[in-house]
Amino acid sequence: MQKDFRLEWRQRAALNGMLLYVSSTVFVCYLSFSLRGGQLPAPAWNALFWIVLLFSAVNAVAKGFLQESRGRMLYYYTVVRPQAVILAKIAYNALLLLGLALVAFALYAVVLGNPVQNVPLFVGNVLLGAVGFAGTLTLVAGIAAKATNSSTLMAVLGFPLMVPMLLLLIKISKNALDGLEFEASRSSLLTLVALNLIVGAVSYLLFPFLWRS
Amino acid sequence: MKRNWWKALTVILLLYVAVAGLLVPVPRLAILNESIRNLYFHVPMWFGMTAILIASVYYSVRYLRTPTAEFDIKAHEAARTGILMGCVGLATGSIWARYTWGAWWTNDPKLNGAAVAMLIYGAYLVLRSSFTDEQQRARVSSIYNIFAFAVAMPLFYILPRLTDSLHPGAGGNPAFARYDLDSDMRLVFYPAVIGWTLLAFWVAQLATRISVLKLKVYEKQLA
Repeated sequence: MQKDFRLEWRQRAALNGMLLYVSSTVFVCYLSFSLRGGQLPAPAWNALFWIVLLFSAVNAVAKGFLQESRGRMLYYYTVVRPQAVILAKIAYNALLLLGLALVAFALYAVVLGNPVQNVPLFVGNVLLGAVGFAGTLTLVAGIAAKATNSSTLMAVLGFPLMVPMLLLLIKISKNALDGLEFEASRSSLLTLVALNLIVGAVSYLLFPFLWRS
Repeated sequence: MKRNWWKALTVILLLYVAVAGLLVPVPRLAILNESIRNLYFHVPMWFGMTAILIASVYYSVRYLRTPTAEFDIKAHEAARTGILMGCVGLATGSIWARYTWGAWWTNDPKLNGAAVAMLIYGAYLVLRSSFTDEQQRARVSSIYNIFAFAVAMPLFYILPRLTDSLHPGAGGNPAFARYDLDSDMRLVFYPAVIGWTLLAFWVAQLATRISVLKLKVYEKQLA
């Protein structure tokens, strides 16, 4: 398991590309909004932030499976159990997305202003979001990699599946922006954790079938 | 006749629903007025859709355990029927919304959830059409079907309860207590749920038979 994680880590060539992707997206947002001048309203800030994260997540995770060669897949297949592969991939993607999200948040806060009033809640929410995105998108990337037009399929399959999660995330981060106390967002947070668990468990159960083909 | 009793039951129930649903007196509620009769048509669609999607997931699981073309066809046709029910549910709901809430589409969590669920299952159809190898198509789409179900159901049954909705029972209550207080309506509503659900299974069965026949004809042509 740990070794597998290291294998994932070794092919981090995409990482720098992703960092640049996120920064340029944020910068494009900044430039297009600075034309109007003045501060972004909080709801727009929030929505824009999650859309940036959504797109960079889809791009980042899609690379994980699509770039792998057939030979290496076969090698993994003989060495480790499929459950270890999916867990390692989810863990790696979660860390990757978390890193990306934090970088994006930092940049975003610098150029577009930081209206977040409850930073711990916001960061915790971003953490849950990264885990959830990783859980959903890793399996979707695995599915899409099997098909012929995989990059289109990745978006078509991934976006609707992420909507439930995204709705909860946006709601919680809206609460964090407004500086509401923790109680206000507790039920949403619990639902989000439950959704993450469901997604993770289903990926864990289904991946061996996907792997075999 | 022994095996087809449920089809007769479907016909009887739906005829009863159509007649009684339009004739039996309903309680006078403000705004809703006579449009409350849509309850017998709009709400059962979602029950039928959920039931047929559960059946679809069941066959997908069966397929992953024992891969035969039969289970794959059943799962596929059940999912397609589920999409049909969902679209009819959206259409009836949209008409109802026009006359009670004043717009064809409102920014309501249930409406958005239903629309996104339709997108999720639409992606299932796209996924199926992008494979050339039949076995791989069957396997991968079964996997996606199970995954989609696990993600789509919270969208229907959990998220709308957490937020405010124009639908009854949004603030954490189960949805039916308020409308069904009238026992006359219960007498029509429950048969309607059973009838439309059975109809969904009937449609899925017919579609499955057509697909199996097509497969057989295709195999014969190959031989």
